[in-house]
Amino acid sequence: MHKIVLKKQLSHDMFWLEFEAPYVAAKAKPGQFIIFRVDEFGERVPLTMAASDKDKGTVTIIFQAVGRSTMLLSQLNEGDYIMDVTGPLGNPTETEGLKNVCVVGGGTGNALAYPVAKGLHDVGIHVDMVSGFKTEELIVLEDEFKEAVDNFYLMTDDGSKGEKGFTTDKLKELIDAGNEYDEVITVGPPIMMKFVCKVTEPYGIKTVASLTAIMIDGTGMCGGCRVTVGGETKYACVDGPEFDGQLVDWDVLIARNAYYTEEEKRDREHVCNLTGGVRHYE
Amino acid sequence: MNNDVMKKTPMPSQEPDVRNRNFDEVALGYTEEMAIGEAKRCLNCKHKPCVSGCPVNVRIPEFIEQVANGEFEEAYKIITSTNSLPAICGRVCPQENQCEGKCVRGIKGEAVGVGRLERFVADWHKKHVGNKDVTEIESNGIKVAVIGSGPAGLACAGDLVNKGYKVTVLESLHKEGGVLVYGIPQFRLPKDIVAYEIETLAKKGVEFIHNVVVGKSIYIDDLFDEGYKAVFIGTGAGLPMFMNIEGENLVGVYSANEYLTRINLMKAYKDEYDTPIKRNKNVVVVGAGNVAMDAARCAKRMGADVHVVYRRSRAEMPARAEEIEHAEEEGIKFHLLNNPVRILGDENNCVNRIECIKMELGEPDASGRRRPIPIEGSEYIIEADAVIMALGTRLNNLIKRTTPNLELNERGGLLADENGKTSREGVFAGGDAVTGAATVIRAMGAGKKAATAMDEYLRGLGD
Repeated sequence: MHKIVLKKQLSHDMFWLEFEAPYVAAKAKPGQFIIFRVDEFGERVPLTMAASDKDKGTVTIIFQAVGRSTMLLSQLNEGDYIMDVTGPLGNPTETEGLKNVCVVGGGTGNALAYPVAKGLHDVGIHVDMVSGFKTEELIVLEDEFKEAVDNFYLMTDDGSKGEKGFTTDKLKELIDAGNEYDEVITVGPPIMMKFVCKVTEPYGIKTVASLTAIMIDGTGMCGGCRVTVGGETKYACVDGPEFDGQLVDWDVLIARNAYYTEEEKRDREHVCNLTGGVRHYE
Repeated sequence: MNNDVMKKTPMPSQEPDVRNRNFDEVALGYTEEMAIGEAKRCLNCKHKPCVSGCPVNVRIPEFIEQVANGEFEEAYKIITSTNSLPAICGRVCPQENQCEGKCVRGIKGEAVGVGRLERFVADWHKKHVGNKDVTEIESNGIKVAVIGSGPAGLACAGDLVNKGYKVTVLESLHKEGGVLVYGIPQFRLPKDIVAYEIETLAKKGVEFIHNVVVGKSIYIDDLFDEGYKAVFIGTGAGLPMFMNIEGENLVGVYSANEYLTRINLMKAYKDEYDTPIKRNKNVVVVGAGNVAMDAARCAKRMGADVHVVYRRSRAEMPARAEEIEHAEEEGIKFHLLNNPVRILGDENNCVNRIECIKMELGEPDASGRRRPIPIEGSEYIIEADAVIMALGTRLNNLIKRTTPNLELNERGGLLADENGKTSREGVFAGGDAVTGAATVIRAMGAGKKAATAMDEYLRGLGD
C-alpha cells in the first residue's frame, strides 16, 4: 500500500500526485515509468514518473483522468492509499553527448515531458521546450516549464493563450530559424509524435519518441506493448519506452492503443454511478 | 488388492457442455471410497519404478498404501516429506510422462492414478486438518532471499524456512504464485489452493514482498548489502515467443501470456474487475502445449469458437493427454499438421483472418520428432478475430542486465550446475530461469535442490 502525501489539481482533469514508494524512488531515473493498480479490482496501468525523491522515498506522477483507472486514482486524496505500485520500469532517457535539445510536448504529454526537459537542463544541456494544448484552460505546468528550460514556447490550437498553431509548426519554425538541435524529444499523443517525426526527418535530426502502450506486467512477460521499430518487434516496457520516432510504425501503434476503446468507454461510464469511487477490499 | 481392475477409477468432472461456459474447476476430485478403491490397484512393487519417474521422488507406494488403509493424514505426511505443494502437483503434473508413465499396471491396463490420489490426499488434508495449527518456525537469523514466487521459488522457500532460515520472497507482480496464478487457469488449478499454500508458508515465517522487480526495483548486489547471505533466482522464463510471420503485430494478436494473464491474474472474465478483454467470435490458438490448451479453453469459456493450429500431428502434441482430451470434449477444433503462414487484417489494422498451410511429416529432426514439411499450394484461410500465439517462452534477462558476472548457458538461461549454483558466489538459480520453459514439478525439484545446496553453502560460511 502506498500512501499519498501530496495531491494538486492542475486543471479540470489533470492531477499531480506524490506518494510513498521507497523501492521505486531508490532507483528511479528520468524517463522511467511505474505501473499502478488503484485497488483490488483495478487494471495495471503504466505511467511515466514526473519526479522521485530518494530521501523521502516518494514518487510523483502527473496524469490526466481520462480512463476508468485514472479517474478512480484522481478520487484519492492525501492520506489515502494506492494499492499497488511497481517500478521503476523501462530505460531512463539517454542524455549522453547531447548539447542542444528541443522537447515537444502535446496535451497530457507535457506532464511527462516536464521531467525529461528539466532533467536535461539540470545536467547542462540547452533545452527549448515547445508545449501544445488545445485551449487555455487545459494548460498545465506553464510556470514550472519557464523555470526549468532555456526557451519556452506555448502553443494553443485556438490561440486562446500563447501562439495559435500546432507544436509541429513551431518546431519547423525553430529549425528553419537556424537552431541546430542534436536531438528532438517528443512526448504526446501518438498522432502528434508521428507528425513531429515527419517535420524533423528531412532535416536529419534524430527524434526520440516516448511511447505509451497497452501493457500488463511491464517486465516483458505479456508482449502486449509490442511496437514495430525499423521493421523489428520491440517491447515498449523493456526495450523502451523511448524509441527512434522516425523508425516507429505509428499506424499500428495507434490502432493497438485504440483496441479497448469501447470497453473503456463502458467502464468509464460506470465510475461514478456504479461504485462512487475506489473499492477497498480485504 | 483390486488386481482385476484394469482401468483407473474415473475422475468425476463437470459435463463438457456445462464447464466450457464457466471457470469452475473441471475435475471434482475423488471421494474417500474412490480413493481407497484406486489405491488398492497399486501393486506396491519392490523396485518402485514410479518414484524414479518423479522429479521430487515422492514416496508413492508408501503414501498409496496409507490411502488404501484409509489413513489419509499419514499419506499426507509421507507426500509432504518430499513435496511441499501436493494439491498443485496432483492437478498439473504430466503424470503420464512421470510416475504413471513408469507404473507396472500401465503395461497391461491403465496406470494407477497417482496424480489423482495425490490431489485427493492434499485436498483431504486441507479440508480436515488445514493450516490453522501451523506456527512460525524458530529462525536461525540468517537472511536468505528468494526471487520469484512461482513453483521453483515456493519450493525453495518452503525447504529453507523448514531448515530455519529467515526467508524473504520477492515477487514482481502484485500477487504471489507466478505461473500458478497468471498462467494456469482457475478451472485447472483453483487460485484458493495456491493462496492456501502461500498462506501456509507465511505462517511458517516466510516474508512475501510483492511489486518488487529484482533487476529494476532492487539489484542482487543490494540484497547482499542488506544482509542477505544467499539468493535464489526462480524468475521463470517469461518472455513470449512469436513466429516472426507477416501480420503478427496486428491488433488482436496476443501472446498466450498476455491472454492468460488478462484472464487469470487480472480476472478479466469477472465483471467486477476492470481489466478489459474482447468477447471474440473466432479465436485461433497456435501451438499445442499445455499453455495452448489453457488459452484455447479460456477463449472457449469467453464465448468464442476456438481453433487450435499445430504444425505436427497428435502424437507430437506436448500438452498433457488429459488437457487435450478435455479441450476436445469442450468443443475445441484441432487443425493438426497445419502451420500459419501469415495473419491478415482489416483497414483498422485488426486481425480478421489467418492463412495456414498444410504440412506432412518427414524425417525425424534434432528433437527426435518427425519434421513437419509444408505441402506446396495447400494454403487456406481461417476466419479469426483473435490469434493467440502459444509457442513457448524464453528467459527474461532483467536480472542479468544489472548483475555483474552472472553467466548465461548456451540456451540463454542462467548458467547453473545441477545443484543450482550460478557463476556468482551465494547466488543460486533453478526452474525455467535455468532450463527454459518446462513443468511446475521440474521447477519445484530445482528449487528444492537449490535449497539443499544453499543450506550447505551457508553452513560453510559459518565455519
